[in-house]
Amino acid sequence: MFDWILNLFHSLPTVMQILIAIQLIVIPLMLGVAYLTFAERKIIGYIQVRVGPNRVGPRGWLQPIADAVKLLMKEVIVPSNANRFLFLSAPVLTIAPALAAWAVIPFFEDGALADVNAGLLYLLALTSLGAYGIIIAGWASNSKYALMGSLRSAAQLVSYEIAMGFALVGVLMAAGSMNVGEIVKAQEGSIYHWFLLPLLPLFFVYFISGVAETNRAPFDVAEGESEIVAGFHVEYSGMAFAVFFLAEYANMILISALTAVLFLGGWLSPFQGILPAAMFDWPVIGTLLGDGLHWFLIKTALFLFIFLWFRATFPRYRYDQIMRLGWKVLIPVTIVWLFVLGVFVAFDVGPWFA
Amino acid sequence: MKSVRHFFKSFLFFELLLGMRLTGRYLFRRKFTVQYPDEKTPMSPRFRGLHALRRYPNGEERCIACKLCEAVCPALAITIHSEEREDGTRRTSRYDIDLFKCIFCGFCEEACPVDSIVETHIFEYHFENRGEQIMTKDKLLAIGDRFEKEIAEARAIDAPYR
Repeated sequence: MFDWILNLFHSLPTVMQILIAIQLIVIPLMLGVAYLTFAERKIIGYIQVRVGPNRVGPRGWLQPIADAVKLLMKEVIVPSNANRFLFLSAPVLTIAPALAAWAVIPFFEDGALADVNAGLLYLLALTSLGAYGIIIAGWASNSKYALMGSLRSAAQLVSYEIAMGFALVGVLMAAGSMNVGEIVKAQEGSIYHWFLLPLLPLFFVYFISGVAETNRAPFDVAEGESEIVAGFHVEYSGMAFAVFFLAEYANMILISALTAVLFLGGWLSPFQGILPAAMFDWPVIGTLLGDGLHWFLIKTALFLFIFLWFRATFPRYRYDQIMRLGWKVLIPVTIVWLFVLGVFVAFDVGPWFA
Repeated sequence: MKSVRHFFKSFLFFELLLGMRLTGRYLFRRKFTVQYPDEKTPMSPRFRGLHALRRYPNGEERCIACKLCEAVCPALAITIHSEEREDGTRRTSRYDIDLFKCIFCGFCEEACPVDSIVETHIFEYHFENRGEQIMTKDKLLAIGDRFEKEIAEARAIDAPYR
């Protein structure tokens, strides 16, 4: 049965194969985004000792569908003094890189859409490209709140991009490859071979900059409801707003997936090298315990939960404190750890570089 | 020494982790939410909801148009006109409560010497047109007639404390 589908897939023209593969990534991603919003409202609700949405459908499970339908029905209002072309292209510019970055994520062994050798550079380039959408949205809206929000966001993205880039350099040094799939394979062995331990400071730096990069609490000054209304997307309504929303959550999932891939060994099973190898040959349990897509999803979900946990716990940073953290704490930490890492690599320390 | 401790504390996310532990614990707390239309919170017999004018068991309206409620009303929500009825008693010809002005303080009920104006436990009501918020004497008496049993019960429970 499965072979038959696979054979049919390979008999299609290459363009069709790629298009189908894109659908296989984008549709689950969009569903993931929809249910991430639901999870966010539920988890934050639970932390605030409420129950969250539970009216639409059984236990509220249709809530994201209802939200999407509501946004679809709404009018897209273009402010009369806005630059119409830029105003409408900004959401597209925001979501395009958020989706395109998924091309190089390996979901399982050799399970990336594009096996790019410079995958890490591609990721770095695309995640920073999202800033353009935000800046253009802020400028094209012709509103002071939107402009201020987008300027804040741009400054924040530029500052945290450096720390993030340095954290990725650490991963690059440890793995010896820019290919994301190769990076995961370099972490093979056991849970102690993951880059989490040798790169622990870089892991924290990467995740914190990731939170800042996606403009999520506690670094959400770009939206800052209490200060500048909603930041860069004040003037957006209906589907144009929904696209920004999709992009923000797609970016969250992307950062979580990247953290899982770069530091927690992506699709690798945490039981690898701990349980006896024969156990992985057991019919069903072996598949569950062994490497595979499900471990990638579990690790991604873990980081997404931490994203939501952060939002429920920490108050918003003051703007100058954000800049201080980015420039004076995270960047020095990464530089120091790159030196330590250099020593590790030069002297073949531990299970990682031996 | 202090700065060294501060350095380690901030780099090990000590206080951030404390905060996250706290919120993490709240995740599993019993939730306070009352699923309103399905579940309701317990209501005191002293609950002050929609107003009503009561009658005596023989059908005679209690209100004697003393206008104490009108005088005590802090929001000036009550308007009373009175006249002499053919049997020589003083009765209201008009008794209006503007529910937009009313703050549901319950002073009118406390001021009433004959327990005529009362505040019932009804709080689920709405208006669809402007002007409907004026509760006239007829409407108030109708509410009183309809909920007399509940009103009397609530007063009886609360009587020892008055």
